[in-house]
Amino acid sequence: MIEIHLILLFMIAAAIVAVEARDLLSSVVAIGSVGIGLSLAFLILKAPDLAIMQLVVEIMSLVILVRATMRQDLPFSMSGRWVFNTFSTVLFMCVFLGAAYIALKNIPLGGGDFGIASGVYLREAIPATGAKNVVAAITSNYRLMDTLGEVAAIFTAVVGVMAIARRVGRPR
Amino acid sequence: MVTYILCLMLFCVGLYCVLRKRNLIKIIIGIGIMGYAVNLFIILAGYRAQSRAPIYANDQIVARMVDPLPQAMVMTSIVLELSVTLILIAIAIRIYEKYGTFDITKINKLKG
Repeated sequence: MIEIHLILLFMIAAAIVAVEARDLLSSVVAIGSVGIGLSLAFLILKAPDLAIMQLVVEIMSLVILVRATMRQDLPFSMSGRWVFNTFSTVLFMCVFLGAAYIALKNIPLGGGDFGIASGVYLREAIPATGAKNVVAAITSNYRLMDTLGEVAAIFTAVVGVMAIARRVGRPR
Repeated sequence: MVTYILCLMLFCVGLYCVLRKRNLIKIIIGIGIMGYAVNLFIILAGYRAQSRAPIYANDQIVARMVDPLPQAMVMTSIVLELSVTLILIAIAIRIYEKYGTFDITKINKLKG
């Protein structure tokens, strides 16, 4: 699994660049490279449908984010309780990673067996739905209501953006 | 195990960005990084060693496929993240029009 480690290290480095870059446009480009790395990781983890979807969604969100990068980042300042806030944030991250280490210590990557539902889906996909791609069989047959909810969420997002970005307000 | 910890370190980078940056666009970017890390963690939990994609072929057997259910769930989650980013950007642009800044310490006028 050396490939997935390399890609994850690349993603962490690109994310740090995205967080710390002064120019907002370079920050947006760095977040785009994190998304492309995630697409490659999906491909290595045997999820080709997700890799395609992540690529498309990444390009769309990049185009939307470029619209919002009008100015430079704010200058660095240490006003307020800067030392205390940064120290508590780093402390919380250390506690989080330590707890994750204890919890995940004995779980190997790629072990384990299917859950009951996954086994049923895998065994009955061809006789029940006729689809050779099991993920497509799940999203568009077994769990079609999920996909319907996804479409409803996109519709709600579009309506919300139109309501927020509308120029004319209520007349006073 | 190292893979899980690296994935959670990516999550922590996004969390640091959300908690310690003052720029609204940087905060939106941090939320995006956290979403990527969580999606990758779910796919890692469904991965099985030395198996292939869950697509039937002539020489493919069920015991050598990865778990398809997390992939179907994450497919929904990716699209929902796109819509969340869309609404956040719209709100940020609106705030910029009203206040002329992305600094969250200066956006403090509740009136009007």
